[in-house]
Amino acid sequence: MKKSINKELIILVSILTLVGVVLAGCGGGTNQSQKEYLQIKGSDTMVNMAQVLSEKYMGKKKEAAISVTGGGSGTGIAALINDKVDIANASRIMKDKEIKQAKDNGVNPKRFVIAMDGLAVVINGENLVEELTINEIARVFRGEITNWKELGGPDKKISLYGRQSNSGTFVYFRDNVLKSDYSANMKRMNGNAQIVESVKEDKAGIGYVGIGYVVKDGKVVNGLNVLNVAKDAESKAASPLKPENVKTGAYPLARPLNQYTNGQPTGLVLDFIKYELSEKGQKIAVEEGFYPVSPKFQKLNQKNLSK
Amino acid sequence: MKRKGNLSRLKEKGIELFFFSNGILAIIILIGIFYLLLSEGLPTFNEVSLKEFLTSTRWNPASYSEPSYGILSLIVSTLLVTIGSLIFSVPLGIACAAYLAEVANPKVREVLKPVIEILAGIPSVVIGFLGIVLVGPMIAKVFNLSNGLNAINGSILLGIMALPTIISISEDAISAVPEKYKEASLALGTNRWHTLVKVTIPAALSGIIAAIMLGMGRAIGETMAVLMATGNAPAFPASIFDSVRTMTATIAVELGEVPYNTPHYYSLFAIGLVLFIMTFIVNLISDIVLHKYGEGQ
Repeated sequence: MKKSINKELIILVSILTLVGVVLAGCGGGTNQSQKEYLQIKGSDTMVNMAQVLSEKYMGKKKEAAISVTGGGSGTGIAALINDKVDIANASRIMKDKEIKQAKDNGVNPKRFVIAMDGLAVVINGENLVEELTINEIARVFRGEITNWKELGGPDKKISLYGRQSNSGTFVYFRDNVLKSDYSANMKRMNGNAQIVESVKEDKAGIGYVGIGYVVKDGKVVNGLNVLNVAKDAESKAASPLKPENVKTGAYPLARPLNQYTNGQPTGLVLDFIKYELSEKGQKIAVEEGFYPVSPKFQKLNQKNLSK
Repeated sequence: MKRKGNLSRLKEKGIELFFFSNGILAIIILIGIFYLLLSEGLPTFNEVSLKEFLTSTRWNPASYSEPSYGILSLIVSTLLVTIGSLIFSVPLGIACAAYLAEVANPKVREVLKPVIEILAGIPSVVIGFLGIVLVGPMIAKVFNLSNGLNAINGSILLGIMALPTIISISEDAISAVPEKYKEASLALGTNRWHTLVKVTIPAALSGIIAAIMLGMGRAIGETMAVLMATGNAPAFPASIFDSVRTMTATIAVELGEVPYNTPHYYSLFAIGLVLFIMTFIVNLISDIVLHKYGEGQ
């Protein structure tokens, strides 16, 4: 007898819980309808910065609710094409094919540059190699140079760390540095942070990450060396750690970090992007380890905001 | 009186129908999944020949120059990791099952069995996490490698995940060996160890093989742990210390970003289809073996 009561009790409790969950879900829905809701998705490189920006923005503007998720630039752009997000973060620019797909779906992508990144090439802190040319980096990641010895380092087999193909950084690096395919032996990691941790552990490792993941509180993360990169054998190698190198383009891997919206932004989207581009927003980008938008892209932003 | 009898018969019928429809539903779902895989996977072969798909080692659908859709490296990597996991989980699992069934005293068994079953409840993402922070660095240290994100790391994690299945089903099989076999053996003057190795385990062998097959089925389809811990390099593995990428990991990583209805999209479903067929065969064999063993009773 006692047992059957227990059973009924369990069923009752589970039903109540279920009803509770459903009701809570509905309740949440009605709450959100009073708020303006904004969804941002994409680049893993930009996700932390976007998160901080949105938190600060929500602190200022109580009626806004912003959710920021990562997943890679490819994921964000795919979501924009399918009209599933308000803003797509992308550490690369949209390909012509993607823009065409978007237009076919009735989505009209507008590009804004919210910060600059000096894409950093990192090696283990114990590795004493200091600078490489773009061509050397390309040959390393293509799998043509396989030992550190060939680059003036220790006699160790190079282990490559890169991103997965949904990453904008993966595509940017491939298209601008390798101009060919990655070595099949490159380990494809889930995110910038995983590359940082792996290269810290791996004495023979080399990887590429957004500068925001290398610099914490104005200093390079312990156990990592950031390479100086030269455009070619004749040019001088520049460090991405100096803001002016990124601003002037002396650092060859300086790249814009983009946000795409569907058509001319209005309402909350517009307000948020204006906040990101404001002095305050740019200061947050710098605090997160990135650099302010360079004049060239400021013009682009102005153009896309006004039209 | 009569009415009550009718009512209970009706109730019986209702319950029967309920279970029957559940069974049918499960089958419909299975057929549905198979149909989906076929309809989304087969268009791949309009672009790629079946031979290239199965025998080329170059998997690079989002290539800079020319996309290629060969999954041989992925298949070999999957098998390498799976078989590696069995090499270490099978002896351990059988030994553990034999201990539980034959040696441990009942109190110990009552504690150990649920504990082992809890192992099956650990989310695979947690196991993968352990692979990154604990097992990987350990492997790198022991074998003096520069990093521990490789096939053997995945094997160890999958082995851990296959253990509960192997142990609990093997234990059932060993426990089911009739007492008289053991008594007969002991009566002939052998000791308990000898009886266990030469009589009990061979008698339970078909059940143990089924357990191994089910464990393998679990290992082959596992995604998260191998995705996190094997390094995801789509190269053809030359040794167990190389980074590999399994079929499941490939699907998980790439499905999120592919544009729909492109060859890349279809080819991911084709990988799913190949994986489905592989697990189906493994499960079929285990089922046949298990059936045979059931009839032996």
